[in-house]
Amino acid sequence: MTNTELKNKIEILSENLIFSGEDGDFLKIEVDKDNLKEFMKKLRDNEELRFDYLFALTGIDFGEELGVVYHLESTKSRKLIQITVKTADRNNPEIDTVHDIFPAAFFNEIEAHEFFGIKFKGHPDLKHLFLPENWDKGYPMRKDYTDINMLIR
Amino acid sequence: MEEFLTDTLKTQEYFLNMGPQHPATHGVLRLLLKLDGEIIQNVDMDLGYIHRSIEKMCERDTYKQIVHLTDRLDYLSSHMNNEAVCLLVEKALNIEIPDRIKVIRTLVDELTRISSHVLWWGVMGMDIGALTTFMYGFREREMINDIFEETCGARLTMNYNVIGGVRYDLHENFVKRVKDFIVHFKKKLPEYDTLLSNNVIFRKRLEGIGYISKEDAVAYGLNGPAARASGVSCDIRKIHPYSAYDRAEFDEIIFTEGDSYARYKVRIKEMWESLRILEQLIDKIPEGEHRVKTKAVIKLPEGDYLQRVEAARGDFGVYVKSTGQKFPYRLKLRSPGFANLTALNKMTKGLKIADLVAILSTIDIVVPDIDR
Repeated sequence: MTNTELKNKIEILSENLIFSGEDGDFLKIEVDKDNLKEFMKKLRDNEELRFDYLFALTGIDFGEELGVVYHLESTKSRKLIQITVKTADRNNPEIDTVHDIFPAAFFNEIEAHEFFGIKFKGHPDLKHLFLPENWDKGYPMRKDYTDINMLIR
Repeated sequence: MEEFLTDTLKTQEYFLNMGPQHPATHGVLRLLLKLDGEIIQNVDMDLGYIHRSIEKMCERDTYKQIVHLTDRLDYLSSHMNNEAVCLLVEKALNIEIPDRIKVIRTLVDELTRISSHVLWWGVMGMDIGALTTFMYGFREREMINDIFEETCGARLTMNYNVIGGVRYDLHENFVKRVKDFIVHFKKKLPEYDTLLSNNVIFRKRLEGIGYISKEDAVAYGLNGPAARASGVSCDIRKIHPYSAYDRAEFDEIIFTEGDSYARYKVRIKEMWESLRILEQLIDKIPEGEHRVKTKAVIKLPEGDYLQRVEAARGDFGVYVKSTGQKFPYRLKLRSPGFANLTALNKMTKGLKIADLVAILSTIDIVVPDIDR
């Protein structure tokens, strides 16, 4: 299956999808954050596609926006896709959790919350996993985080 | 009588800390166990005791510097981790890699895999209570480390891969010593089976324990040998071949039982497959350069890049978002151990603490790889 064929199959699943990277290694899709959960569920349950393996969940600070990048692989066709979801609200960034669709996302979402401050709506336990329990110095992986002692270039 | 017992004698639910300093957690991993008597109700984990924020450090380092940082993740598959970054940059810049480099990388990859699995085997026995295996495992591992020392200049975090090739050419003794090792290890590997694999107590501790189904394995993102024991085909060397894996013949080891013993068997069989790859490639190392010249300052074009390799513990991945600078904008290290640990709760529910130790050993965690 080429990326263009894949695109045609994914296009019908949801609205407002922005595609890119058809001639690259993997197809890149940007999805509206309101449609994310439904879209992910359809990708997993679609008989033809079966994107059931969440390879990686990455929090990203895009500068103006915060976002999450999901890499999904199909155990059927072994195709990989990249899904990006963004939120413009830096003070209270909220994105739907996908841990009930992909249990693999559970601890990855905690990690993204800890380092980027992204609140995953519906996640039961957004605790401190890597950082100390009493950490209150902000979100270390954000681009505007400063720590004079640790990050000298 | 029975009614009387169930009515009045009740066990109490309580929490128990396992780690961060516990010999069976293989490093500074803290598990918070919710127990009912001795039965595990829930396993929660607390990480970060060896977190070095390598992902953030990568954002201020050049690509050549990043290669060295990845050694410190899963130090037992350091060569594969380096390779992931090198392959990613080489692919992004369309650097043509000669066959000699590909074969050298693959050979060292497989030696690393054997050395990692041998260590795992030794520690596995020790976790169950058989202390001898640790010494046996280290005997073979020492031979591999000596080969590495001669060629790469170091024994553990070798830093042998660089962008565009490998740091030094193979030492003149390399081929002979690897051949000696193959002969030696072929004699010793059956010994492992007599010593541990067929031991009755050992098998009783593992068979049917820590079961995870194929569907759950995929959903929880299980990867590497642990997933292959549940019948999931997930060997990156087969699915997305890199380096010289497409020119060697080997089988992907898959078991369908999904229990601890299957995970154990996968790794033992994988060592045989690694030997097969070594045997096929050791006589076919092409002549040529060991390193291609690259630019002094490497800048990746704007875009997203992903490279996966099969590390000893599974599907290791590097994801880079570049904005065209000499530093990556964001670099994500997808560690196999972190994903495998996610499934721990599912595997251990309803079992005893001693089983948890055995299961932790069969998913073969390395804490620096989980913490990053």
